[in-house]
Amino acid sequence: MTEEIIIAGFGGQGVLSMGKILAYSGIMQDQEVAWMPSYGPEMRGGTANVTVILSDSRISSPIIQEFDTAIILNQQSMDKFESRVKPGGVLIYDPNGITHHPTRKDISIYKVEAADTAAAMNNAKTFNMIVLGAFLKVKPVVKMENVIKGLKKSLPERHHHLIPMNEQAINKGMEIVAKVG
Amino acid sequence: MADYMLMKGNEAIAEAAIRCGCDGYFGYPITPQSEILETLALRKPWEETGMVVLQAESEIASINMVYAGAGCGKKVMTSSSSPGISLKQEGITYIAGAELPCLIVNVVRGGPGLGTIQPAQSDYFQAVKGGGHGDYRLIVLAPASVQEMYDFVDLGFELAFKYRNPAMILSDGVIGQMMEKVKVGEYKKRLTDQEIVERYGSWATTGKTPNRQRNIITSLDLDANRQEQFNLKLQRKYREIEENETRFELINCDDADYILVAYGSSSRICQKAVDLCREKGIKVGLLRPITLFPFPTKAIQSFVGKVKGFLTVEMSAGQMVEDVRLAVNGQCRVEHFGHMGGVIPSPNEVVKALEDNFIKG
Amino acid sequence: MDVKDIIKKENFVYGKSKVLTDNPMHYCPGCTHGVVHKVLAEVIEELDIQDKTIGVSPVGCAVLAYNYLDIDWHEAAHGRAPALASAINRLYPDKFVFTYQGDGDLASIGAAEIMHACNRGEKQLTIFINNAIYGMTGGQMAPTTLEGMKTATSPYGRNVALHGYPLQITELIAQLPGTCYVTRQSAHTPGAVRKLKQAMLKAVKNTLERKGTSFIEVVATCNSGWKQSPVDSNKWMVENMFPKYPLGDMKDI
Repeated sequence: MTEEIIIAGFGGQGVLSMGKILAYSGIMQDQEVAWMPSYGPEMRGGTANVTVILSDSRISSPIIQEFDTAIILNQQSMDKFESRVKPGGVLIYDPNGITHHPTRKDISIYKVEAADTAAAMNNAKTFNMIVLGAFLKVKPVVKMENVIKGLKKSLPERHHHLIPMNEQAINKGMEIVAKVG
Repeated sequence: MADYMLMKGNEAIAEAAIRCGCDGYFGYPITPQSEILETLALRKPWEETGMVVLQAESEIASINMVYAGAGCGKKVMTSSSSPGISLKQEGITYIAGAELPCLIVNVVRGGPGLGTIQPAQSDYFQAVKGGGHGDYRLIVLAPASVQEMYDFVDLGFELAFKYRNPAMILSDGVIGQMMEKVKVGEYKKRLTDQEIVERYGSWATTGKTPNRQRNIITSLDLDANRQEQFNLKLQRKYREIEENETRFELINCDDADYILVAYGSSSRICQKAVDLCREKGIKVGLLRPITLFPFPTKAIQSFVGKVKGFLTVEMSAGQMVEDVRLAVNGQCRVEHFGHMGGVIPSPNEVVKALEDNFIKG
Repeated sequence: MDVKDIIKKENFVYGKSKVLTDNPMHYCPGCTHGVVHKVLAEVIEELDIQDKTIGVSPVGCAVLAYNYLDIDWHEAAHGRAPALASAINRLYPDKFVFTYQGDGDLASIGAAEIMHACNRGEKQLTIFINNAIYGMTGGQMAPTTLEGMKTATSPYGRNVALHGYPLQITELIAQLPGTCYVTRQSAHTPGAVRKLKQAMLKAVKNTLERKGTSFIEVVATCNSGWKQSPVDSNKWMVENMFPKYPLGDMKDI
């Protein structure tokens, strides 16, 4: 099994840390993982994206053109990555701020209203975990217990008390994700 | 599983330095390798192992700190990215000329000049042909994964001390910024000052005691004949390194009609390209140099007469391709494919380049 | 009474320091370097620190200083000696590390390194020989060359509009909080040499006690570069160099 994922949005949305938690979860279930961010000036308030690859075998290129799954969190990223989902692949997006919705027919498209839900939960910081939950519902590539272990590994100890809240947010994302069309 | 850590290539360099008993790191911030100094600053190894960490006023100062640390027998290193490595060249040639062991990490970005902060492999010539003035070579290791970033710190120091020669890890922005899982090693103890005297007392500046001559760290000898003899000695050392330390990896080369030659992050891209070619029924293999100096010349020669051609893939205008051409000495076709200025080739482009160069027409 | 009767321990009044080697010095007759080397060697011997002393020599006339003091040495690249010493004193906190630099090495190409080493308060001593000219390369203009002074690269005299001003770098260094002792000395008379030795003793002790960076400028002559006899050079130095580079302690904490 190899799952190649792009997570793309604005800097500050927790794109990179979401990718890191996913990668750590993969390590917890003995998989090979790669996490390749965009870096540099584009990080400064602009777009941020990260490629995450989980695999049962040695990972070749961390730089890839096409993805099994694209998780898209702003319009610029939609413009850039919709076309780069493999036929038969998955696109998950938060419609908040999206003006041109995805149109492809050869992929499965899901919506997760993560920004609105995080706002309703009064905790904007859970946004990326809601999105992660949506992804895990659609593509259960890592087990929930390993995600929790991954969270423990990637968060500094002083933030471990936030893990139950993150778990709730993941569950919320699993609940609210909806197939489009 | 618990043994594994998820870390960036740059973080792996810092972690490996602490764990392999490095005595001192001297650096200056530059993208895309600043995480090395940042990680060291955060980890505070001076409290844990006694390792010295210093942000110098410039790349020039930091390489000269390495020159001094190496001269007094300590296990010392620096890191930078291309423009900073250019600044360090003066110090590097002094270190090579004084025959001192040290480790230099170059997380390459696109050039020339200030260039870009995106990944590139355009410092190959500078790394493997010397880099500064004079006839000298560095031992150059090219990691292709975060694990190798970690492992090559210890290996680089080991080779550097074995041959009293500076070693370089030639990486790039992809490997430096990428996170992968890494199996970290046990802590190695730093040598005590007494152990340094015992091992390196014949040359290192540990303080002149009555039982020995004074040790002088210098590359200066104004007598031309003596300077030539010294140069001949250096050349003998480089031949010995070529004989003993050439490292490379072969992937799917046994039945290959074509061989991709690529190092570092390009070799990862080529692994995927090999898979794509094999799916299409094209028999392609990958030869990945792990040491760039010494270069796996003999390994490449051994495929002459067996394959229809070599394609080198580099994030440069074609630098390593010259060494591949020297290796086959006109007896086989060698072509180059690459991108420059921070653009990363995709596996699909590599496949197309192979088809365009060797299969179509 | 022949010479053998005279060479006796009880008649001994002066001797060469054991820290000086027997190598003949390459310095020009009349040059100040030899005197400063001697003073440094005597201090190292008197404090019994030969086995813990590491010297860093510059590029310039003192490039071969390692031939004359019987201690472990590093030969630095041009201007970089303070960076080398910084690494050594941090990696070997119990050793005594010094740099020995001229005005081109320290105040021109190495201005950044000396400023930052002093600003970090590196536990090291710098001996700065200021003779206002590049000696080794044949008498070119230095950052400390006086206004109007003729050199190979200012043949009509230093013109401040064209070449900038003589750099009083020791005054700048005295401002840095990392330095504990900054002084300007000379070595042109027996009295001056005695004062220089006292300054050197204090500076070395400071360094051994890890108090901060110590810095001794020695205003010196270069009779070859200045194209004067050694005696005239001393006179010229007193009349022209001392007003711009006045002797004395600038800082002593």
